[in-house]
Amino acid sequence: MLAILAGFLKQAIIQGIPLLFGSTGEIITEKSGNLNLGIPGIMYIGGISGVIGAYFYEKHGDVDNALLCVLVPFLTSILGSVIMSLIYCFLTVTMKANQNVTGLALTTFGVGVGNFFGGSLTSLFGGEGGHIALNATGKYYQATLPFADKLGLFGETFLSFGFLAYLAIFISLVASWYLNHTRSGLNLRAVGENPATADAAGVNVTLYKYVATCVGGAIAGLGGLYFIMDYIGGSWTNGGFGDRGWLAIALVIFALWKPKFSILGSILFGGLYIVYLYIPGLSRNSQELFKMLPYIVTIIVLIFTSIRKKRENQPPQSLGLTYFREER
Amino acid sequence: MNKHNHHEPLIRISKNDAMPWQKAWAIRGACILAAFIVCAVVIVFVTNLNPLQVFASMFEGSFGSERKIWIALQNTAILLCISLAVTPAFKMRFWNLGAEGQVLMGALATAACMINLSDLPSTAIIAISIGASLVSGLIWGVIPSLFKAKWNTNESLFTLMMNYVAIQLIAYFITFWENPKGSNTVGIINFNSEAGWIPAIFNQKYLFNILAVFILTFIMYVYLKHSKHGYEISVVGESENTARYIGINVKKTIIRTVAISGALCGFAGFLLVAGTGHTISTDTAGGQGFTAIMVSWLAKFNPIIMIFTSFLLVFLERGAGEIATAFRLNESVSEILSGIILFFIIGSEFFINYKVSIGKSKKEVN
Amino acid sequence: MANVAIELNNLTKTFGKVVANKNVSISVNKGEILSILGENGSGKTTLMNMIAGIYYPDSGSIRINGEDVTIRSPKDAFDLKIGMIHQHFKLVDVFSATENIVLGIDNQKYNIKVAEKSIRETCDKYGFEIDLNKKIYDMSVSEKQTVEIVKVLYRGADILILDEPTAVLTPQEITKLFAVLRRMRDDGKAIIIITHKLNEVLEISDRVSVLRKGEYIGTVETKDATEQSLTEMMVGEKISLDIDRPEPHDTTDRLIVKGVDCFNAEGVKVLDDITFTAKSGEILGIAGIAGSGQRELLEAVAGLQKLSGGEIIYKDPTSGKDENLRNKTPNEIKNLGVRLSFVPEDRLGMGLVGNMGIADNMMLRSYKKGKSFFLERKEPKSLANKIITDLKVVTPDANTPVRRLSGGNVQKVLVGREIAASPTVLMAAYPVRGLDINSSYTIYNLLTEQKEKGVAVIFVGEDLDVLIELCDRILVLSGGRVTGIVDGRSAKKEELGILMTKGKGGDTNE
Repeated sequence: MLAILAGFLKQAIIQGIPLLFGSTGEIITEKSGNLNLGIPGIMYIGGISGVIGAYFYEKHGDVDNALLCVLVPFLTSILGSVIMSLIYCFLTVTMKANQNVTGLALTTFGVGVGNFFGGSLTSLFGGEGGHIALNATGKYYQATLPFADKLGLFGETFLSFGFLAYLAIFISLVASWYLNHTRSGLNLRAVGENPATADAAGVNVTLYKYVATCVGGAIAGLGGLYFIMDYIGGSWTNGGFGDRGWLAIALVIFALWKPKFSILGSILFGGLYIVYLYIPGLSRNSQELFKMLPYIVTIIVLIFTSIRKKRENQPPQSLGLTYFREER
Repeated sequence: MNKHNHHEPLIRISKNDAMPWQKAWAIRGACILAAFIVCAVVIVFVTNLNPLQVFASMFEGSFGSERKIWIALQNTAILLCISLAVTPAFKMRFWNLGAEGQVLMGALATAACMINLSDLPSTAIIAISIGASLVSGLIWGVIPSLFKAKWNTNESLFTLMMNYVAIQLIAYFITFWENPKGSNTVGIINFNSEAGWIPAIFNQKYLFNILAVFILTFIMYVYLKHSKHGYEISVVGESENTARYIGINVKKTIIRTVAISGALCGFAGFLLVAGTGHTISTDTAGGQGFTAIMVSWLAKFNPIIMIFTSFLLVFLERGAGEIATAFRLNESVSEILSGIILFFIIGSEFFINYKVSIGKSKKEVN
Repeated sequence: MANVAIELNNLTKTFGKVVANKNVSISVNKGEILSILGENGSGKTTLMNMIAGIYYPDSGSIRINGEDVTIRSPKDAFDLKIGMIHQHFKLVDVFSATENIVLGIDNQKYNIKVAEKSIRETCDKYGFEIDLNKKIYDMSVSEKQTVEIVKVLYRGADILILDEPTAVLTPQEITKLFAVLRRMRDDGKAIIIITHKLNEVLEISDRVSVLRKGEYIGTVETKDATEQSLTEMMVGEKISLDIDRPEPHDTTDRLIVKGVDCFNAEGVKVLDDITFTAKSGEILGIAGIAGSGQRELLEAVAGLQKLSGGEIIYKDPTSGKDENLRNKTPNEIKNLGVRLSFVPEDRLGMGLVGNMGIADNMMLRSYKKGKSFFLERKEPKSLANKIITDLKVVTPDANTPVRRLSGGNVQKVLVGREIAASPTVLMAAYPVRGLDINSSYTIYNLLTEQKEKGVAVIFVGEDLDVLIELCDRILVLSGGRVTGIVDGRSAKKEELGILMTKGKGGDTNE
């Protein structure tokens, strides 16, 4: 029984990690007042950029150099996500376009780019076509702590992940500390709450929105990278990432815009995502109903917070609004 | 030199008061043109193909044969239908991101009618399907709006989540309806009897869909522009305070409008199942619930202009599909091109709403 | 002169076609309080926003301590030790006072505890009392203003700009504020106060600069100035208001408000046992410091506020019946046959829809008429054209969005529409705010015309002179209570002033 529970917990964490990256990234973005509905697209891009980096590295580089095998896809992933975030910022911050529409277009674009390159990378670059399998780099992403096996159930449950999983938790903790205990975090929150006030106080609103959205995008993109390189182990299936991007946005609401809550939230969501596999005697049709759980839970949280109206649990006040200083 | 003696800002942005509509549309046209150029560059960069050749085959995709024209028109009709559906709610500033789910619920209801009532005469099935699809789309839209009206619950996030609940609901029913067993797909419903299928008009199986949506476009235009409801929608969208002041029941208006939105989405679901695919899957709506938001927004919520914006997006999708087959590329290229063109159109609004002046303003230099 | 802290030379700023400031030149010395006086809409706030880096001037120059500077952003302004306290506070609601005060400062290590200690020192130095850990959304208006001032001081501002700081304060709070300002002046700070209240100008400032319609009129030493001389500078040629006020005749009770109580969303009692009667054929003025319950009172009558007690009786002149309007919706009130017109304070946010043309705005009141599902646009269109001609509204045509019209024209459209409904009760909240003299008189005349027709007119105003010359009776509100109803013909400004500032506690002499 305990073993099943531990196994379930482990799977929940694995499923939760991409969501954790995504929601931490989106929280940082939303704290600047940008509701980036392009996050699902950015996570696709984060994945495919990593794949492209890994593909070329495996073709031309030294696959025994563990550091480079990890670093190259990692950096290309971040680069891809940041480019996407810059498009979003340029349109919504500099050109003051509608955030919802821009975000949706970004998601269309990102999913398209992901599936296009994922599906035709090999044929585009003179390969034989077909499936991408990046086993060489993937194995470094999947590498776990060497002593994890020796620590029994505990090691198996908590220490048997690739480094990106720990990075996700670490980033969330840092983000939480950053938002609540640094001056720059205070400025960022002010930008999302009331940009006119932040502006009047001398905070560079445009810069904060750009940086927060790009850093947030980069973090979210790592969720895509984790999914492809670690969870799948270095291969791409079109649409394989599924709706996790939207689930990450749901998690932001569930976590009440607090990164440390999203750590537990992501494990819970991950668990809800797969709980149907662990409940004995479920028929195939009721399994499908169980897959609704994360969304239903999010809706309930959304309703509950809107009824309670506690000021600290509300979305940033100017979320989704563009800011123009000379507005009269 | 004093350290505060900065240069003046190089680029200054100010709000544009009014712009003649000709100029505004010229700017939009120029941006679309620029977008096509960028697309061409991307195509060349990625594929080394001649962009003109590629554009020619894109054109081929929508107009290459009579069949392709019909498909393009049919796809436009469906996208337009969903865009019309989301428009009243958006005009009211109700960010309904749940069109996808509402379409799926309409599709689900239609499929259920076709499967369970297959012994009835086809016309009866169609009539009941229409009713059922309208009601299920309506319910799916109204649930979030009730919470919005009562507790001001964020509607964009709520409706977004409702999409996935709808998807899972369909996955649930597919397990009952799957045909053949174990395939996890429903297959063509009533393949032999064609019960509940929308019949072909003048031998054109899509003509009903196209005509229905065409009429709907006209009705929606009149509804928004000339009906009292449409006027109330505009007032609530502009300012809830004004609406309260003149005695509009804001909550009622929100719920009523979202109900119309949802019901029309449901109708689109009906067209998709009874008039187009004759099957159902979790992918029946195919992301059009989101694309429709962009169609509506690009057309400034004007149903007549939506005919063109929805056709533009369908043209891109069909064209890119053609490229994909012709040049053996992945069909996702269409989403990339749509994305690029959308970015440009979204950006074009900036040049319409704001005035950019470059360079120094007059100031004596000592 | 070495003592000059800030000097503005020929500043000009336009918004579209509107000239907000034209060649304005003023200067302020260290250790001096300068008042900038001007009517609503004279360009005071725009001018200050250019110093604070919110707007960028079209032309002209700014010198600080004798050196030319360019202020492109609030950040630049802070670096130049300029601090502005805006009329609408620039505070983050979910932050504590301390967090708001340290926001944007980047020249010291971030440590809330340490910051709190040094903020407290600043507070002690100037005599402020605030709870630094309190969240802004829990604060009163006066507390928020204190946070704003401390914020500016804490950032080491030497030049302080206060935009209408007394508008929302009680008399005691104003006294306290002025004491603080004097202490800061004695500390060598240059202080600019924007206001349109003459008595305050005379009380607090050393010199006064006057703006009129965006233009700089002149600067005088306060000791040489009188209310009369300043008014002349402010309004141009000397005018006694000289509003035509015919004697009311055939007055009957039209609206009887009895013991009305109302709480706002935060649970604060905003209307406390309000009782009065509005009569047909007279103008009832309502005076009071901003936020004394004027808005809530009018909204209560119009069916936009939920009441917790009392009743509002409408005596129907045609049927002779009494109708109780308490807690009825605007629709229900209309369906009772009550012809109630209401010109709200927020013209474009409530009275009109900014993005619609005049014709479509006319429909706001009448679109429901008739059983048809569709709109009838002919009548509103001709009404729009009639108002454009009759009230001389300056607009390209009846379809131009009203948000593009000037303030005076917007108000003519709104008042014109409300009067066109041939009301029996007409309520107008601050109908001349931001209007030029000519438009203001148009509005006064329209209101008087209605009174002559036997309408019960309720006029909420802020300018006591206008109230005294326009209204037949004046009701004074203070802290949500009626502190007096006086005859407009015999009322004295001082008398009203005292009633307006009567304390809430009930400890005042009757």
